[in-house]
Order: sequence, then C-alpha cells, then structure tokens
Amino acid sequence: MADIKVEKKKGWKDLPACDYLEAGSAAAFETGDWRSEKPVWIPENCIQCLFCWVYCPDSSVIVKDGQMTGFDYKHCKGCGICATECPGKKGNKAIKMEAEKK
Amino acid sequence: MPEKKNLKAKTGNEAMAEAMRQINPDVVAAYPITPATEIVQIFSQFVADGLVNTEFVAVESEHSALSACIGASAAGARAMTGTSSQGLALMYEMMYIAAGLRLPIVIAEVNRALSAPINIHGDQSDTMGARDSGFLQIYCENSQEAYDSMIQAVRICEHPDVLLPATVSTDGFIISHCMEAIEMLPDEQVKEFVGSYKPKNWLLDVDHPFTLGAIDLQDYYFEHKRQEIEAMRKATKVIKEIGKEFGQKFGRSYDMIETYKLEDAEAAIVVLGSTAGTAKVVIDEMRKQGKKIGMLKIRVFRPFPFDDIREALKNVKVVGVMDRHDGYNGYVPPVCSEVRSCLYELDKKPKIASYVYGLGGRDITVEMITDIYQELLSGKTDTNTKYIGVRE
Repeated sequence: MADIKVEKKKGWKDLPACDYLEAGSAAAFETGDWRSEKPVWIPENCIQCLFCWVYCPDSSVIVKDGQMTGFDYKHCKGCGICATECPGKKGNKAIKMEAEKK
Repeated sequence: MPEKKNLKAKTGNEAMAEAMRQINPDVVAAYPITPATEIVQIFSQFVADGLVNTEFVAVESEHSALSACIGASAAGARAMTGTSSQGLALMYEMMYIAAGLRLPIVIAEVNRALSAPINIHGDQSDTMGARDSGFLQIYCENSQEAYDSMIQAVRICEHPDVLLPATVSTDGFIISHCMEAIEMLPDEQVKEFVGSYKPKNWLLDVDHPFTLGAIDLQDYYFEHKRQEIEAMRKATKVIKEIGKEFGQKFGRSYDMIETYKLEDAEAAIVVLGSTAGTAKVVIDEMRKQGKKIGMLKIRVFRPFPFDDIREALKNVKVVGVMDRHDGYNGYVPPVCSEVRSCLYELDKKPKIASYVYGLGGRDITVEMITDIYQELLSGKTDTNTKYIGVRE
C-alpha cells in the first residue's frame, strides 16, 4: 500500500511543466474513511469462489495467489455488494456487514 | 566569402519542403492554402515517394491540422504543419493550446494578408495576429533563411528549456514563389543536427500514464502560465546558441536580430522579412553618397529581442520602424510599439518614426525606402504613423 498523500500546492518553479498530471489513482489516497458499515470476512465459510472480488466496485478485495485473503479498508466504502453476492458454505455467509465503531 | 557548395534553385516553398524532408518529422497534418499550399503539396509527394517516414494526415481544415499535430506531439511524435493567412487564423485557437501544453510543433508559415477584403498576397497581419499565442516567431528574409530556420526551429522548440511551438515565416509570393539559389545541406548532416525527438513525457508511454490538458482553475493556471512566460524568456539564449552552432557547423550563423551597416549610422530602419533585402540595396546606394544609414532586421519577433535592439540602436539618432501590418490600436503598429517600448529605457532616446507599408502585397520599392531614409535624415519626422504607397 502506497503512503497516503496530502495535496500540497507547488510553486511554478517546482510544478511539472504544462498541466502534466500523474495518472489519476485513488490508490495513494484514503477513500474509505467515510464508511458506516464494513465487511468482515469469515474464512471458515469461504469457498474461494471470488464472487466478492468480481463484484467489488472499489477493487478492495485483496486476492493473493488466486485466494481471497481479506479487505482493503483504506478504499472499501462499505457498500455491502460483496456480502449480498457471497454464496457462503451450506447457507452460512463468508462475508457479513458490521457497523463501523467511531 | 567562402565558396558556396551544393547550390540548388529553390522557391521559398520548395526550400521549406526540402527542409521538412530532411527533418523527416513523424507526423505532418495539413490543409492547403495559397501561398503555402506547395509546402505540404511537395512534402506529400515526398511521403508518396517513400523519401520520408512521415504519417501524413490530410485533414479537413487548419483547425484540425493543428489539432492533429497537437495530438501527435502529445503522443510523443515530432509534428509539423504548414499554412498561411486565414489558415493560420483558423489555427489561432489551437495555437494557444499547443503553446500552453508546451508542445514543440513547427509551422512553416507563409505571410499573407487577412480578409476582408479578400487578398492572397503578402503582408504580416496573419502572424502578427498570433503574436500573443505563445509561439516563437521567426521571420525570414529569403529562401536560404527559411531553409536554415526550419532546421534550427526543430532544435529550438524541442530544447528542454523552451518546449514551445514556432512559426517560421516567409513573405507570401515575394519569398514563397521566387526562385533563388540556396545552399542545401546533405541529408545526413541535417539528420545529425536535428537529432531525434526524445520527449520527457509522452502519452503513448503506457508505463508512465499521465493526464495532459486537464482543467486548471484559479489554483494552478497562473503557475503554469508563469512557466510558459519563463520558457519564452529562456528561448532567447537557446535561439542564440543554436544559431551559433548552426554557423559553426555550416557557415551561416544566426541571431535574434541582424544589423546592416549600423555601427556609425545616424538613421536606421527596423524591418522584418524580405524588405530587409531591399533595404540593403538602398543602404549600399545611399552610403555611396555619404549618407550614414543602416538597418536592423528583427529575425525573431517572439521572444522579442529587447536587449539586442537596445544595444544596437543606442547611438542612432533617428529610427524608422517599418510594419507590414497596422495592428489597429489607433496609435502605432506592433513592431514600432515594441521597439519604442524597449528604447524608452535608454537615457538618450532616438527619435522614432512609424511607417506602415505593403498591406495586401502592395510593392515596397527601393524608391520608397530611399524616401523613408531621406525623411529620417531630414529631421522632419513626427509621431504620426505614415502609410507608404497608399493613395490619398
């Protein structure tokens, strides 16, 4: 995970020439901090179907070597699509939504 | 004078097309317009004959021509085009964009009057209308200068301290269609001089994606424009260095201005383009009669060579500035306005007289320039702009 960036306005001597902007990417910014509910992964109910990874609109399902391993909470907005789509094992969901504690 | 080698009979348009062939740009997008049509017409033949590797884009307007060049240049290509008059006017919108995005596009420009009334002949109103666009502007006295300046312009524009586009212009028909013997360089020497274009950022570089041309509001626009202003200021040094290097390699040196018999001159004219050649004939004739006269030719109008002009004219008593465009500010035309502005800094200011000539291709003759010198020497000049050769 890249370090979290804070925008600092540069002067004309330090700015890249013309309005050159690095490719837009939320990867370097914390975009999930306004979430009210978060998904929680229950590994024993997970069949590794990767539906959550397919459906996640924020690329916040962390997959390593083809296996679901958890969530990127810096970017997850808590939409709950993963929990809805999760087929689980024998009727027990592998993802459930919990309220964020503030 | 060293013996000239490899002399070829070329019109101004042919000379510019030949320079483009030797530069071998990646992309040329163009639309025909008199008197610049031949430049890209001849060049398109080079493309058809396989003499260049250029992608030639036959677009539907000049606005599209420069737009295509902007896209190509941003993508990482060396891009060029050619146009004149209304064609350049149709490019105006895109010229500011090419300059603002810092894209080193070179336009082979043939100076022609702007409509209305419609007229296809030479005056400098087209490029003068683009003088605030952020383009470098090089005005050529003859075909040789046009050929040499096209080659230098590529290097100047692509210099990391500059990264601005340029127009290299010739006077319509007077240079564009008149045949002269020019000294051409061997293809490989031009290729070596211009080198290959290696942009720092280019949009087709998929490993380093970036956005170009995004909205830039109150918080950043000013800083980016300040950078563009600085690039224009730094261009003077680069133009001088490259003009000197060109001279060392090929025997013809170039600078921001050219002076002719100005050292002891009491009266001088300031002029751009082909009229400088006519003025040299007048100066030689009048010098024979003991008249102390000289000339300052502004080769590069953008950036404006303030320091050089001030230094060159500081001891002249009276200066006549000749504009081939009026500027319609109701006072003095643009070249005179800027020359006067830079001479104002001198403690001992020369008297300045303003002349507008040659609109719509009206001839400027040896006799007319002689009359101007006689008026300057008579001491009877005033602050009103005079219109040379117009019927009262």
